Amino acid sequence: MPTTRKLYGTRLMLLSWAAVAVLGAGFALAAFYAPIEADQGFSQKIFYVHVPLAIVTLCGFVFGGVSAIQYLRSGDPRHDLRSYTAIHQSLIFCVGALITGSLWAKASWGQWWVWDEPTLVSFLIVFLLYATYQPLRFSIEDPERQSRYAAVFAVVAGAFVPINFIAVRLADPLIHPRVLNQAGGDLPGEMRIAFYTSLVGMALLFVTLYRFEMASKHARAQLKSIKRRLGEHATSTGGRSAAPRITPS
Amino acid sequence: MTDKLPENGGYVAAAYLVFLALLLIYVAIMATRAGRLERELGDVLDIVQRDGAGEPGAGRQATGGSGPAEQRAPRGSEQ
Repeated sequence: MPTTRKLYGTRLMLLSWAAVAVLGAGFALAAFYAPIEADQGFSQKIFYVHVPLAIVTLCGFVFGGVSAIQYLRSGDPRHDLRSYTAIHQSLIFCVGALITGSLWAKASWGQWWVWDEPTLVSFLIVFLLYATYQPLRFSIEDPERQSRYAAVFAVVAGAFVPINFIAVRLADPLIHPRVLNQAGGDLPGEMRIAFYTSLVGMALLFVTLYRFEMASKHARAQLKSIKRRLGEHATSTGGRSAAPRITPS
Repeated sequence: MTDKLPENGGYVAAAYLVFLALLLIYVAIMATRAGRLERELGDVLDIVQRDGAGEPGAGRQATGGSGPAEQRAPRGSEQ
């Protein structure tokens, strides 16, 4: 019986441990090393999970768009799979960013959500936009058209993310703080160390999960191919999925 | 040092727990899928080994490709 280690490889296992270690260190620094913020008090500790989640989410969406461009240029289904996986995973991170942000808002401002704040509303718009990505894929039967339409969507939505980010930066903030600005933000040294460690840890976590997902999808495609060669109906491995159909190399 | 949580400590704990819960759910789903994949891969290997035992070289032909499954496939007429 093949084991998970053999299925995913040792490098991926090492990457997983690195992600756990760096993210754990980041959260430990946030809890015990970074000082309590004078204005918001203890609730500011949510910053070390919320902001890295939000940044990694937006980077994941942009990566999905870049992979979609590569797919449209080359027609290689591997790029479509990359785009699909990055967007799918960013959506999950996006849910985390929205929930943690809402908790932080309640703790700091006394409200779960502030509709006048451009940062919050724009992030919600990005989430809702990408929430339509999977239904779009599901709604198209033909795999070629499915990949092409999804890629076009990913490119347009991916371009919207940085435009949206810049527009929000230019808008007058109501209450949401601007963490990363041209002056390097207002974070003192200890907070900055904790924040960047958490950010690197979150990025590593994203990459790890992304690579697990990719390895799993490749393995499933190979298994389907083997089953087909063996003359079996590979219905049990397929199921109804919006994931791109890839041919094993 | 007191036993009481700092002010708004509940929200902070909730935020980190939400993150942990999301991560655990995601990992659990992936682990379930990986388990199913391993099981199916094991079934296929059994079929290939059975075929390979009866028919020299059949296992090698059946698997093809260059992925992990191919590397693990039996070499055919060992018995």
